Amino acid sequence: MYRYDQYDQSIVNARVDEFREQVARRLANEITEDQFKPLRLMNGLYLQLHAYMLRVAVPYGTLSGPQMRMLAHIARRYDRGYGHFTTRQNIQYNWIKLAEAPDLLAELATVEMHAIQTSGNCIRNISSDQFAGAAADEVADPRPYAELLRQWSSFHPEFSYLPRKFKIAVTASDVDRAAIQLHDIGLQLVRQDGELGFKIWVGGGMGRTPMIGHVVREFIPVAQYLSYCEAILRVYNRYGRRDNIYKARIKILVHELGAEEFTRQVEAEWALLEPLALDAPQAEYDRIVAQFAEPDYDRAVPDAVDRGDPDFAMWLDQNVHSHKQPGYAIATISLKPVGGIPGDATAEQMDLIADLAERFAHDEIRVTHSQNLVLAHVCKADLYALWTALDEAGLATPNLDLVTDIIACPGLDYCALANARSIPVAQKIAERFADLDRQHDIGELKIKISGCINACGHHHAGHIGILGVDKKGEEAYQLSLGGSGAEDASLAKILGPGFSEAGVVDAVEKVIEAYRTVRTGPDERFLDTYRRLGADPFKAAVYG
Amino acid sequence: MIRLLTGNILETGDVVWWDGTEWNLALRDAVDVGPEGDALLARTLAAERINEPALVDAEPTPDGPRPRTMRERVRGAGPTVRLDLNRIPA
Repeated sequence: MYRYDQYDQSIVNARVDEFREQVARRLANEITEDQFKPLRLMNGLYLQLHAYMLRVAVPYGTLSGPQMRMLAHIARRYDRGYGHFTTRQNIQYNWIKLAEAPDLLAELATVEMHAIQTSGNCIRNISSDQFAGAAADEVADPRPYAELLRQWSSFHPEFSYLPRKFKIAVTASDVDRAAIQLHDIGLQLVRQDGELGFKIWVGGGMGRTPMIGHVVREFIPVAQYLSYCEAILRVYNRYGRRDNIYKARIKILVHELGAEEFTRQVEAEWALLEPLALDAPQAEYDRIVAQFAEPDYDRAVPDAVDRGDPDFAMWLDQNVHSHKQPGYAIATISLKPVGGIPGDATAEQMDLIADLAERFAHDEIRVTHSQNLVLAHVCKADLYALWTALDEAGLATPNLDLVTDIIACPGLDYCALANARSIPVAQKIAERFADLDRQHDIGELKIKISGCINACGHHHAGHIGILGVDKKGEEAYQLSLGGSGAEDASLAKILGPGFSEAGVVDAVEKVIEAYRTVRTGPDERFLDTYRRLGADPFKAAVYG
Repeated sequence: MIRLLTGNILETGDVVWWDGTEWNLALRDAVDVGPEGDALLARTLAAERINEPALVDAEPTPDGPRPRTMRERVRGAGPTVRLDLNRIPA
């Protein structure tokens, strides 16, 4: 894992000191809330419905054991004993007191973490594939490139006041686990004629106007991807719609210019940047790459796993993935127990996961954009012991990518922007489909729920997407089908008129039962059935 | 229909309601600010100690005011999914 150097640490410490002073001035009424609000937002501190919410950055979703223990400590000391892992691989605390926020951030800084650029119109936390560095299907580890992007984008003087927020995702596999086509910039590490480089998408996003990104470059050598990103940001910063917040994201600029013209402008800008030599020197790449060295694998461990315990075997089949190193595996810890709150983890669970990471996974944890956690380097011989410990703590639900592995934003239970609650809908759907045999029969089915048009719950990318809307002060829900955030990215389409909370749960069940009736067989995923047949059989099932 | 004055305490972010005398954590103690509401809101804004103050519509009930919108009812009662954490019942 990357460790801070003296520059990283000193700028984070300096920011804590600066924010401490700003908070003191606000509490003393020396500055107004209008003056203070942008300052606290730059430090990830929002005011939500019930209290301040702090969003802590987890760079490319990677945490060490000590960092996870600090997150647990913060949950206990400054919050109400839990945190919420988000769809951008961050963690949010819901009950922070303003006066305590500087002390909290100072404690976070001791483990090389912060909340900088988790809000505001800047480049946000860089997200990535949760299996990075471990996946059997990746061309190379994308994390060093994500880390370099983190360093480049942190306090970038030119990009601190963009027209709108800006999100970048990096992956290195043809299997897209980072939803790169739905980001402002999506980067896929590829190999061409033996050389490493990036395929680059621009202009994807969800929110009010969902769009799939456009490929602006099939290949750019890794030595030049940073300056190319700089060129993209420069074009956006210059021409992005600052006059209209709803049209200010880069996807609108790309759409209005057309992908071809946008690309031409980026290429022209990039040509101007070339003499400035903005790309990192090879020595800096090498320094960062060295920090992501492979764990010290035991090359003599057996590859076979005893599947004698049927519950363990079910978890193995559903939540464990292939690792590039024989004898090792990638284990996903579901934060979606039936009836639980998607993405929530208690301080005790965080501590336990840190302990298990230390014992079994080279002291490393990943956060997924699907609001689960991953131990990326587990010796197969340890999987049963790991599963046993997880099971005792209620963390071994074998439901990865199944109907109960639901993404849900905090919704109207916490969020000041929300129109409707998301979590209770997720809980009711999960309870309706609690039977594991039924879940496995249904197969891969990604339900994603957002409590408002901002789409933090990725409903546009759900095989089944649910959007909460406000109907004269009451909650209502719109159902969409056919979305995907994977390599076969697509945007879900609204099925028809909306529902009440109870109605939408019934409607989801009708959609799923219709799928079971019309699919060609258990191997045809819901998404493929929808793509083959269109909306008609589902409309008929739901609306009669 | 009555009107309530609400906001969040600067120091803690806690949701509070105007009870006629002071800021109160309990929605049930909120009072109808009636025609005084706009002046109270202006004074609250000027004092800079309550964030995002707002006037909200509510129905009077025997158990206290019931805000018209779901949003304000959730603000008054706390997260519906973690009732164990709510400080003051609505």
